[in-house]
Amino acid sequence: MSAPNDPYDPKQVAYLAPEALADAVTSAEKAFTDAADLDALILLKPQHLGDQSPVSLARREIGALPPQAKAEAGRRVNETRVALQALYDARLAVLSAERDERVLREEVVDVTLPVDRRPQGARHPLSSLREHIADLFIGMGFEIVDGPEVEAEWLNFDALNIGPDHPARTMMDTFFIDPPENGLVLRTHTSPSQARAMLQRTPPIYIAHPGKTFRTDELDATHTPVFHQVEGLAIDKGITMAHLRGTLNHFARALFGPEAKIRWRPSYFPFTEPSAEFDLWFPGAKGGPRWIEWGGCGMVNPRVLTACGIDPEVYSGFAFGMGIERTLMFRNDITDMRDMVEGDVRFSRASGLDS
Amino acid sequence: MRVPVSWLREFINIDGYSIEELDAALIRQGLEVEQIHRPELTGPLVVGEVQKITELTEFKKPIRHCLVNVGNAQPQSIVCGARNFAEGDWVVVVLPGAVLPGNFAISARKTYGHLSEGMICSAAELGLGDDHDGIIVLDRAELDPSVQPGTNAIPMLGLDETVIELAITPDRGYCLSIRGVARELAHALNVPFTDRGIASVPAATAQAPQGVRVLAESGCARFVARAVHGFDPQTRTPQWMRTRLIHGGMRPISFTVDVTNYLMLELGQPMHAFDAAKLQGDIVVRTAQAGETLRTLDGVVRKLDPEDVLITDDSGPIGLAAVMGGATTEISESTTDVVIECANWDPVLVARTARRHKLPSEAAKRFERGVDPALAPVAAQRAVDLLCELGGATADERVLDVDVREPRAPIALDPQRPGAIAGVPYSADVVRARLQEVGCSVSGAELFEVVPPSWRSDLTDPADLVEEVIRLEGYDNIPALTLDTPPSAGLTSWQRLQRRVADGLAAYGLVEVLNYPFVSPKVYDQLGLAQDDARRMSLRLANPMAETEPELRTTMLPGLFTALRRNLGRGERDLALFEMGQVFLPRADAPAAPRLGVEQRPTDEELAALLAAVPEQPVYVAAVFAGAADPVGWWGKGRPADWSDAIAAAGVVAREAGIDFRVEAADYAPWHPGRCARFVTDAGVVVGYAGELHPSVVAACELPKRTCAMELNLNAVPLPESTSAPKLSGFPPALIDVALVVPDRTPVADVERALRAGAGDLLEALRLFDVYEGDQLGAGRKSLAFALTFRAPDRTLTVEEATNARDSAVAEAFARLGAVLRD
Repeated sequence: MSAPNDPYDPKQVAYLAPEALADAVTSAEKAFTDAADLDALILLKPQHLGDQSPVSLARREIGALPPQAKAEAGRRVNETRVALQALYDARLAVLSAERDERVLREEVVDVTLPVDRRPQGARHPLSSLREHIADLFIGMGFEIVDGPEVEAEWLNFDALNIGPDHPARTMMDTFFIDPPENGLVLRTHTSPSQARAMLQRTPPIYIAHPGKTFRTDELDATHTPVFHQVEGLAIDKGITMAHLRGTLNHFARALFGPEAKIRWRPSYFPFTEPSAEFDLWFPGAKGGPRWIEWGGCGMVNPRVLTACGIDPEVYSGFAFGMGIERTLMFRNDITDMRDMVEGDVRFSRASGLDS
Repeated sequence: MRVPVSWLREFINIDGYSIEELDAALIRQGLEVEQIHRPELTGPLVVGEVQKITELTEFKKPIRHCLVNVGNAQPQSIVCGARNFAEGDWVVVVLPGAVLPGNFAISARKTYGHLSEGMICSAAELGLGDDHDGIIVLDRAELDPSVQPGTNAIPMLGLDETVIELAITPDRGYCLSIRGVARELAHALNVPFTDRGIASVPAATAQAPQGVRVLAESGCARFVARAVHGFDPQTRTPQWMRTRLIHGGMRPISFTVDVTNYLMLELGQPMHAFDAAKLQGDIVVRTAQAGETLRTLDGVVRKLDPEDVLITDDSGPIGLAAVMGGATTEISESTTDVVIECANWDPVLVARTARRHKLPSEAAKRFERGVDPALAPVAAQRAVDLLCELGGATADERVLDVDVREPRAPIALDPQRPGAIAGVPYSADVVRARLQEVGCSVSGAELFEVVPPSWRSDLTDPADLVEEVIRLEGYDNIPALTLDTPPSAGLTSWQRLQRRVADGLAAYGLVEVLNYPFVSPKVYDQLGLAQDDARRMSLRLANPMAETEPELRTTMLPGLFTALRRNLGRGERDLALFEMGQVFLPRADAPAAPRLGVEQRPTDEELAALLAAVPEQPVYVAAVFAGAADPVGWWGKGRPADWSDAIAAAGVVAREAGIDFRVEAADYAPWHPGRCARFVTDAGVVVGYAGELHPSVVAACELPKRTCAMELNLNAVPLPESTSAPKLSGFPPALIDVALVVPDRTPVADVERALRAGAGDLLEALRLFDVYEGDQLGAGRKSLAFALTFRAPDRTLTVEEATNARDSAVAEAFARLGAVLRD
């Protein structure tokens, strides 16, 4: 038998026939399109791209061709194979995406289920506000001091120009430690810590003390025998009431926004002279902006400076203080003091971890 | 201090000023307006003449039907239950359409079978006192001749009065008077002021109306005595004075007392009236002698203190000077001769006496705050005048005036000083003018010499004068300046530790509470504390809020228990509460705080003694747990809180402090002896305890079963130090698990320590992941399964290296504790 002259001997190169290759592509395309899901598609792969697939059989027939025909036949087979693979991959991508989408759909959960797996903790709003206020003072260049709640009467009163016969020292207001002759009280204000600072530091002194204080008031909607104050004290050369106003204005704005400001009413405190009570212009007040009584302030009485070893001829200073409960009450519209002192978890939880 | 506006008008012309303007002006002067009482009554309220009374007897109580002329053509028909009036009397009639105090509207109505077109009024119904007994019968002699039936009674009775109620600060004693308030208002409004406190009065005469000796010890700076004779003891206080007293906050009592009270309100000078007939011999002003007693006007027999200043006569004490008079010389219904005492007393002695006898009288209140010593003769003269004019008395011309006042030393003031304090310059002229405005005399130029007026006993220091100038120049005129502060070092390590601990516990699921520190002495037994437990030694309050809770806490737990019970009572079930705060730990035989002066800084030794008298007050952090620690939910079962949650909370504290506590079993009240841990620092300091509470404590404190608690002394926790960060190796770890069998009482912590010690530096981490006890092991044994992570900083460990390290760890555990590998 002579070697074939015709490269397209139908007997020997049936799969290489251009029509056959075109058929392979057409039938594969139909089959792949008809595959309903990924599993069906994968089952079709050997039939159209496997060893016994028409395109593979065609590749095998190339060897039987005369050398001059091989290149051209090889190119056609390759093109067919690439086309088949592309069809397969495209369908695979479509079906994979469909499968992935279905799986994700099936994995749906109800994200509105409650997820309170851990009990909810909380800081007390008074503590949060106290720390917030301390941070504001730090920002103004002050330092924060602490002090004992049972305090020497001398530091709570005498050093602050509240003499032994001053009405504030009666048992009407002050808790005395038994026996009273021992000269200890539950501090009635945070000022004794200021006295300690003046006695133990040298000016310039810029300190603030947020802390717990005590007065013999029965607990009711607006009073509590245990409450918190914050006091600021500045002692330096040339401190004036203008500095006091600037500091209070800054403090008010930091807590209550740029519209906030303070005004003074003349008043009397033994430890300051001149003395004033101050009102806050509270822009966020319920029912509209208004003035709210906020605290007391003044220039440190020279007698206090003298008793604490600071020369009033050289230094002057200002002091101011306000109630933290009161501030929290008007800021957060709390109408009953008892909610703040009874330790009801609902109160603290309502404001979370920060005020 | 209640200030009727009409009374102010007698001192200053405030026509044209609204009440709101007066309010603002008073506040500008530093007089706090507490309340403004406006007239509550709206008319018609008129004078009526009772024309005819018909007694109605068919009712349970006697009732009168009256015809009253109120100035109309027809008389008014009025039904009345009161009986203290007769035909022809003039009364006060409220007509339909009027509203009485208490929002009580009057209308015509039929009652007891008759039309009643209004009401005949009692003083109480008009808000003129608490006299409900009878209706007001007007004294026609007292009335202005123009008053007729039908005349509007509202201004006549002062019912159109507006009363301004002021809170007077302790430095402004002179403002406890109409005179003082009017003066301040005159400054504020820049209107002329007529000072009734300054008047020309007769000087002391050679003969005294009453013999008086004032002993130096009494602290009496001035004693004026006057007398009147032939006084009519039946004199009734005129209605205008009664109304003024009521508006001023005082109750009318009797004519002489009302006169002295009236003048006290007006001028600020308390005074006392004696029945001259009951005085025996000379008045002697002295301090009390041991054992003396006095029956004061309130009927109380008082034991006198040697520091009490007394008015005495030959019979002994007859009055507690400046505070309250005595019963024996009281003005009575037969008094015809009256001695008026007008004195000036030492504020401190008065304050002490008032406090000692718990007699915060109106007189004492004024003397404590300082009364103008120039007032005494003026006020006495006014009293004499009123007793003569209204009480039919004749003045005794003799005047006694014992005046031992020291002249007031001038205060030196640098005129630059007020401006330097305010931060706004004031010229020397402004400073001088302002000081003169408040009544000071000012001399000198470079340095002012300032003598305050007699009524300003509060002005003693240059700072007081500085305040006057700045106050009058106006606080509103002071600008705002920013401070130039040195850099702040921020929060201290101690402050940051407290914040981190509190924030850490809250983030861990605990709710912060703030409890009162007051506790009952019964809590120590409830907590099961031994008799010698240090926590029983507590500070006690001399004047507690509640007699049942007189002590200050030495442990935070009772407060937390109360908060826990309160929340349970309000329906909460699962609770984890914490508190951080001071506890109070007195030292046995602690010294009393020394009484130091204030003229200069205490010496370092004095200060040290003072601070040493203040008890230790460390900051504790404590927590309680009840109910579920992990709640039940759709995810599965919950987990009740147990001892381990309490210990874990202590772990939060340690983590925030950046340290490890050594955890040891402990037996410490109030905890369960088998379920209590104590926490020990590297330095060997016990920081605190945690675990399940003792069942008997749970019962005694009425807590839920198995309540757990933690309490640490935060001051005993070392402050965080900066530590070297770990060097992280990028080489792979070798992970090996070991199960060790040990006797079942062996603490896991001991096993862990042994493994760590034996494993050496290659051990990176160790974690217990299972505990097994069962028959396979035999009784009294347990198996502990640990996951060990080995890693080297510089190489990948060989299996051999890792195994060797594991073996030496196990060997150490065997050597220390007899631990053997589980088969």
